[in-house]
Amino acid sequence: MRKFRETIIEKTILLNGFACILFVVLIFVFLAKDGLALFKTFAIQDFLFGQMWSPLAEPPQFGILPLFLGSVIVTLGATVIAVPLGMACAIFIGEIAPRWMREILKAGVELLAAIPSIVIGFIGMTMLGPVVKQIFHLPTGLTALTGSIALAFMAVPTIVSIMEDAISSVPRIYKEGSLALGATHWQTIYRVIIPAASSGIVAAVMLGIGRVIGETMAVMMLTGNASVMPQTILAPVRTMTATIAAEMGETVRGSEHYFALFALGLVLFLITFLINLVADAALHRKRK
Amino acid sequence: MNKIETKNLSLFYGTFQALIDVNLSVEEKMITALIGPSGCGKSTLLRTLNRMNDLIDGVRITGEVLIDGENIYGKETDLVLLRKKVGMVFQRPNPFPLSIFDNVAYGPRTHGSKNKAELEDIVEKALKHVELWEVLKDKLDHFALNLSLEQQQRLCIARLVAVTPDIVLMDEPCSALDPVATQRIEELMFELKKNYTIVIVTHNMQQAARVSQRTGFMLLGKLVEYGETRQVFTTPREKKTEEYITGRYG
Repeated sequence: MRKFRETIIEKTILLNGFACILFVVLIFVFLAKDGLALFKTFAIQDFLFGQMWSPLAEPPQFGILPLFLGSVIVTLGATVIAVPLGMACAIFIGEIAPRWMREILKAGVELLAAIPSIVIGFIGMTMLGPVVKQIFHLPTGLTALTGSIALAFMAVPTIVSIMEDAISSVPRIYKEGSLALGATHWQTIYRVIIPAASSGIVAAVMLGIGRVIGETMAVMMLTGNASVMPQTILAPVRTMTATIAAEMGETVRGSEHYFALFALGLVLFLITFLINLVADAALHRKRK
Repeated sequence: MNKIETKNLSLFYGTFQALIDVNLSVEEKMITALIGPSGCGKSTLLRTLNRMNDLIDGVRITGEVLIDGENIYGKETDLVLLRKKVGMVFQRPNPFPLSIFDNVAYGPRTHGSKNKAELEDIVEKALKHVELWEVLKDKLDHFALNLSLEQQQRLCIARLVAVTPDIVLMDEPCSALDPVATQRIEELMFELKKNYTIVIVTHNMQQAARVSQRTGFMLLGKLVEYGETRQVFTTPREKKTEEYITGRYG
């Protein structure tokens, strides 16, 4: 009887484990089925390299290059802001702050992660947009830069918590060895601790990027949503995620436009999948 | 003048007193061993000599530690210079997760040598000193953590030699090694004795008897007996020492 119960419990846990994988596979299959349907009527090179996204034109244009570049520019901007900020924060929490402050800071960073993206978008729209507009003398404050800054704050918690983990788990004996050789605390941090934690640091950056590239609500509110080829970071852009969110409600199910949005989702899925793969590889890197 | 002298040295971890009025004199270019059962304070004492205990929260120290006549707990002590002068080898070999070359060049680099030829020279000399040069000279760019434990510990000693210390502190340097490797590290210690003053902490009494000229026996934070190794092991003055070295407890 006891053995029977054990078996049931084991099998249930196993089933739950497989369920996660099953969901990912199902989502991918569903996305691929409807996404790839676009290419029956629309050439794939026009989709990937077309410079015009205009579903209502006659004939409709589904070139994702402006949207792709919009995503890239916002993500790059956010990364450039978030990585140094997050890294400095992680080093401070992991290495420099006294214990009582460490707990407060960690809780604060976690709280930052808990802010809903709509709130970030809302604050960005009312506070950040006007500032960007004024500083750079722009016609509108809703630009790629505005989105980048807001997204940076959404990426920072991910980056800090993973990096801090990596830094704190560097064996104590490395630190002692370095200090015992007469290195200063700062020399120890940048010559031993950061190289020793490098795989975790790379993973943190990649997951931060993954967080940013998939974000929708805040970018939709802050980037101006102009689906044109972006010229500078100070111009309004439109990202892939914002496009899907904005247009999905207006399409007819089964239409070319509908399939195009699925294809866009598929591209997004592949990008985040790739980023996660790189992060994972970095975490499990074997040294020669 | 003695190389190292502690005067009424006491150390507290919070309210727990780990060292009680320790008066120890270490002579130059000799190997001094500290023995005693686990938790007797021998590692703590060793770590006061290069102020590694500073890293622990809530440590309080009273008394003096004189190195070459200067109190290292004085206000003017420069920790960088102190640790450059008083190097340390740890219980578990702890080469940095860098290449072999970068490990040995670590100290000189942190102390300002940037010249590549100069660094190459220092690395070669240091590795020759610990008899690793012949084995590793073509593998200097290899990852240091892939070496055997004995080679790792030798590398750690080479890393230390490269900053030309005066005093080498060894905290159970062979406890992670097999008997053959232990013997070879001990031979290396005899070599090092020519140029350095060595203080070694060991739980292995035979090792203390083999390698050291002076031995201190510690118990519950006190330095119970200190003297010539031969005397301590053959005709100990204190009953506690005798009981420990004959294996009555410990």
